[in-house]
Amino acid sequence: MSWKIEIRDLPGIFDAVGQGIKKDILDLGITGVRDVSFVQVYILEGSLSEEQVRKICEELLVDPIAQSYKIVLELRSVKVLGEHVVEVAYNPGVMDPVEESALKGIRDLGVSSVTAVKTAKKYLIKGRFTASQLKIISQKLLYNKLIQHVVPGVQSQALTTLETGYQLDLITIDLFGATTKKLMELSQRGQLFLNLDEMNCIKIYFKNLGRNPTDIELETVAQTWSEHCYHKTFRGRIDYKEVVGGKTSKKKIDNLLKSTIMKVTNELKKPWCVSVFHDNSGIIKFDDRYNICFKVETHNHPSALEPFGGANTGIGGVIRDPMGTGLGAKPILNTDVFCFGLPDYPFSKLPVGTLHPKRVMKGVVSGVRDYGNKMGIPTVNGAILFHNHFVGNPLVYCGTVGIMPKEKSFKQVETGDFIVVVGGRTGRDGIHGATFSSGELTHESEKVSSGAVQIGNPIQEKKVLDVLLQARDKNLYDAITDCGAGGLSSAVGEMGSELGARVDLDKIPLKYTGLSYMEIWISESQERMVLAVPPEKSDALIELFKAENVEATVIGEFTDTRKLELYYQRNLVCNIDMQFLHKGNPKIEKKAEYVQQHHREPKIPLAKDLTPFLQRLLSRYDICSKEWVIRQYDHEVQGGTILKPLTGIVNDGPSDASVVKPLLDSKKGVIVSNGINFRFGFIDPYWMAASCIDEALRQIIAVGGSLKEVAILDNFCWGNPDKPDRLGSLVRTAYGCYDIARGFGVPFISGKDSLYNEFTEHGKSIAIPGTILISAISVMDDVEKTVSMYAKESGDLVYVVGETSNELGGSHYFDLFGALGNNVPKVNTVLAKKIFSALSKATGKGLIRAMHDCSEGGIGVAAAEMAFSGGLGMELFLSEVPYKSKNSRNDFILFSESNSRFIVEVAKKDQKVFEKSLRGLPFGLAGCISKNKAFKVYGLDGKTCINADIDELKEFWQKPLRW
Amino acid sequence: MVRPKVCVLRTAGTNCDKETAFAFAKAGAEADLVHVNSLVSATIDLHEYSILAFPGGFSYGDDIASGKVFANELRCKLGEELREFVKDGKLIIGICNGFQILVKSGLLPGNDLLKQETSLIINDSGKFESRWAYLKTKNNCVWTKSLPKVIYLPVAHGEGKFVAKDKKTLERLKKNKQIIFQYCDADGEFAGYPENPNGSTDHIAGICDETGRILGLMPHPERHVLRQQHPRWTQNKKNMEGDGLQIFKNGVEYAKKHFGEA
Repeated sequence: MSWKIEIRDLPGIFDAVGQGIKKDILDLGITGVRDVSFVQVYILEGSLSEEQVRKICEELLVDPIAQSYKIVLELRSVKVLGEHVVEVAYNPGVMDPVEESALKGIRDLGVSSVTAVKTAKKYLIKGRFTASQLKIISQKLLYNKLIQHVVPGVQSQALTTLETGYQLDLITIDLFGATTKKLMELSQRGQLFLNLDEMNCIKIYFKNLGRNPTDIELETVAQTWSEHCYHKTFRGRIDYKEVVGGKTSKKKIDNLLKSTIMKVTNELKKPWCVSVFHDNSGIIKFDDRYNICFKVETHNHPSALEPFGGANTGIGGVIRDPMGTGLGAKPILNTDVFCFGLPDYPFSKLPVGTLHPKRVMKGVVSGVRDYGNKMGIPTVNGAILFHNHFVGNPLVYCGTVGIMPKEKSFKQVETGDFIVVVGGRTGRDGIHGATFSSGELTHESEKVSSGAVQIGNPIQEKKVLDVLLQARDKNLYDAITDCGAGGLSSAVGEMGSELGARVDLDKIPLKYTGLSYMEIWISESQERMVLAVPPEKSDALIELFKAENVEATVIGEFTDTRKLELYYQRNLVCNIDMQFLHKGNPKIEKKAEYVQQHHREPKIPLAKDLTPFLQRLLSRYDICSKEWVIRQYDHEVQGGTILKPLTGIVNDGPSDASVVKPLLDSKKGVIVSNGINFRFGFIDPYWMAASCIDEALRQIIAVGGSLKEVAILDNFCWGNPDKPDRLGSLVRTAYGCYDIARGFGVPFISGKDSLYNEFTEHGKSIAIPGTILISAISVMDDVEKTVSMYAKESGDLVYVVGETSNELGGSHYFDLFGALGNNVPKVNTVLAKKIFSALSKATGKGLIRAMHDCSEGGIGVAAAEMAFSGGLGMELFLSEVPYKSKNSRNDFILFSESNSRFIVEVAKKDQKVFEKSLRGLPFGLAGCISKNKAFKVYGLDGKTCINADIDELKEFWQKPLRW
Repeated sequence: MVRPKVCVLRTAGTNCDKETAFAFAKAGAEADLVHVNSLVSATIDLHEYSILAFPGGFSYGDDIASGKVFANELRCKLGEELREFVKDGKLIIGICNGFQILVKSGLLPGNDLLKQETSLIINDSGKFESRWAYLKTKNNCVWTKSLPKVIYLPVAHGEGKFVAKDKKTLERLKKNKQIIFQYCDADGEFAGYPENPNGSTDHIAGICDETGRILGLMPHPERHVLRQQHPRWTQNKKNMEGDGLQIFKNGVEYAKKHFGEA
């Protein structure tokens, strides 16, 4: 039988959950709610006496100091007048994250008869509101129907179990007789997202074998060939046409990745690049004993549908990339970059099937917080940008850096190695994730693709990590990879691609019975890794995992047949050639066209007093403080974060990049930064790519790093590449990446693309702005040289280094006037490199007390941030700022977003040496740090154009996202 | 010189074990990372150690409530060993999740029955927060000898609000001088949020047992044992060592003195 227990806070204890919900309800514009209280519900299944239930409650489930409980026996709860009850439970099949720990606790208490534990959340809502308002509250705040449901009629619930049997029923798909129409129908209905060429190619392969494929064979091919796993757009042929400056040029591109991104790396041949583009993350040298690796992934579509779960499994997934790189790296830091719709987007305008941007943002942040913090990995770098074209399709980039002994950087699967799966069990979650992300989102997506949504279990992954590193150091396995998109199908398929693999699907540990052989194979259940283990070491390996309560199971072996053979209860259900699977796909050809648009430069009246504009810029969602987010991440776990994401006299200014010391007893550090600015892409994606690379690199310089050993990663998030205009801008971006990275001499070591980021609503397709994220990683020889961005001492000199031009195209200043402009910031890599190198030399000599890079909002925003973060005033003279263009104006100098620029604070005594170190480069001694709290800017005419109190400016900057 | 042995106890979800071991090593101890299963199965004997440390993290995901499942395991599976360890006059420290575990297992404020008398519950802000906090210190505990009046350590938790069962319990803690750390501002004055980051009763950040040998605190001393861990070290390049190191040194010195021959 089942027992239902309700737990709530004792009177006098602050109900933080309830109060948080109450505040969120106000945000929805519903004002009638007087009070919300939260009740935690547990349902215990099993034959238990009431005495046992009470013991479990009093010793385990209830905090005796702060909570009380009751066992609910009545079928219907008593209705309290004026109080509405919403009880939210997980849908059947969705993992309840608390169950495993609760069962462990109950067993520890000596009670063995509990067979299942489920949780639910109950909200008691008081006040005056309508039934439809209650419905809005429930749907918008309390549950997500993809994973949860409202328990109907507030009756005590019995557990829904999925325990059903499964009898082998081998399904073959008739391709032989299928017409063109039928083939496409099969692709669509099966959510295979394969095109006609590909379907035909599969048909021919099986015709030659003289048989039709089984469903699992077809599915395996679809996954392996999916955009998500194979990146067929980047690797395929592109017929590219470009119209720039009235000139038309055409190009046939065979493999965009190889002709741009990878080309940089191949040409630069950096000796410290250890392993690039072929493992789960890119590896570079750290010191004589260690290497580091870095990977950035996206998890956009799942985050659109279920923000918490999507971001949660997104970060969980990218953490497994370093864990699955070489023979396994220890994760040392996470990064995250998000793009959302505007948080004040009107509810009434939301497209059908989308969640409100604020809810998406809160969910995504919670998802990253939950997984990153529980894994014990500091989240140290990120960015958040906003635009209304992200309403239906947010972007969630997550990155992880790992460290490994250098001799553990490569893997080699051997014939005869056992295939061992470790970690979480396999369930029905995440079916079709890989193929799902290879199509556009529609308002139907939430119905048809809900299987793609999952919730992670970070503690499971932490357990795996803890043992994995021990097993690695004991040399217990030959190779490893993670189970990501495509699940075992992808992982085993990849590892065995050169040799062959045989798997007994019935040996894979399941969360519940009833899964078909195919579901087992393609499930994307989280927290699983696949190892290739020499048979003689498998017992030791399994024992080691068992000692820390992690399951490790032999499920097959790597063979020499060059075939993928899958058995279910000794029946062969899949038998295909690895060669066909990995190399047999037809090269697809896509059309791409980029036609450069000319946008008019706006005519903006020059205001005498620019203070209000600076205030408004500081309050822009993209520019304002992200402290509310950053503080929720544990950015100092592992103890190595020596330049924190927030820095300043009261620790709340915006660091340009973070510096992490992965080995606490070494001087060496790792710097990570990112560059992202989709606005420039509206004008020219080439210069967007250039600006993003410049931004990521100058942030490394700003914190005291150098270009000596910097590697970058590309992440393309684009709309549907089958549409020539989308693909055209992507191609142009890739060329920008090549030219600028080559110019700087900085190699790419890894990358990822997420395409089909479009949201189709009733036939109308909204594409996200094509967005490239450049993530940079650098090794710093001596972290003692670290520089932070906040003003340090009054009397110090303030320099502006780098050239400012009339480049306000795509700037936030223009956007204040609803204008885009055409003069997008460009990058002169020759000059930029000289500036970067001179500044690194200066930081190396300890000449720089503070430095901040100029990005969104230009000099005005950067200088103001420096001042208020340091709690000091500043005086700036615009006439001293090196300005290149003709039409010089106060607002242009202040708010242009030209690249490769810095504000630098130098002590007076170092003036001469510092200026000498910049000889021949554009710089100006533009002001000084002052003792009072005034931020004063003098215009070209010598008159004050900004006069503001730093505390007031800080308030403008902090207020918007202080939730 | 004998290096006292420290058992840094970990389980599923522990994640500050390595830096805690680093801090103890820096303070002159030999720190082992020990999985709780090894103690339960008696593969490793707790009594070989003179200091037991519960590091931070999210033991068992902090499912049900922070530290609860681990505390329950300790009581059910290692109750005897722990009582004996305490009776032998040995030292225990619990940091963050470790403090939650000590409180929920009843090792703090400390009684024979291992009964919970205080708790650490969800922050008033309703969310996990990382920030640096100033702490007013009391010297009357083995771990806090010769600490300055105010120290600076980071906090990172979602459930750190200290509450006691009743006024009597709180009065007893005060009377016995068991309140060791209290959140304050840079000048040592009590203040509201965010100086008191979680809304703790009487600004309590850490307490000890009646003997002063068991200490629990929400802030992370192991994250401030190096000069460069201070959030403003780039400004004051002369600071010597991190404020947290002395806490570990105190434990190690005490262990050397009392268990040096063991």
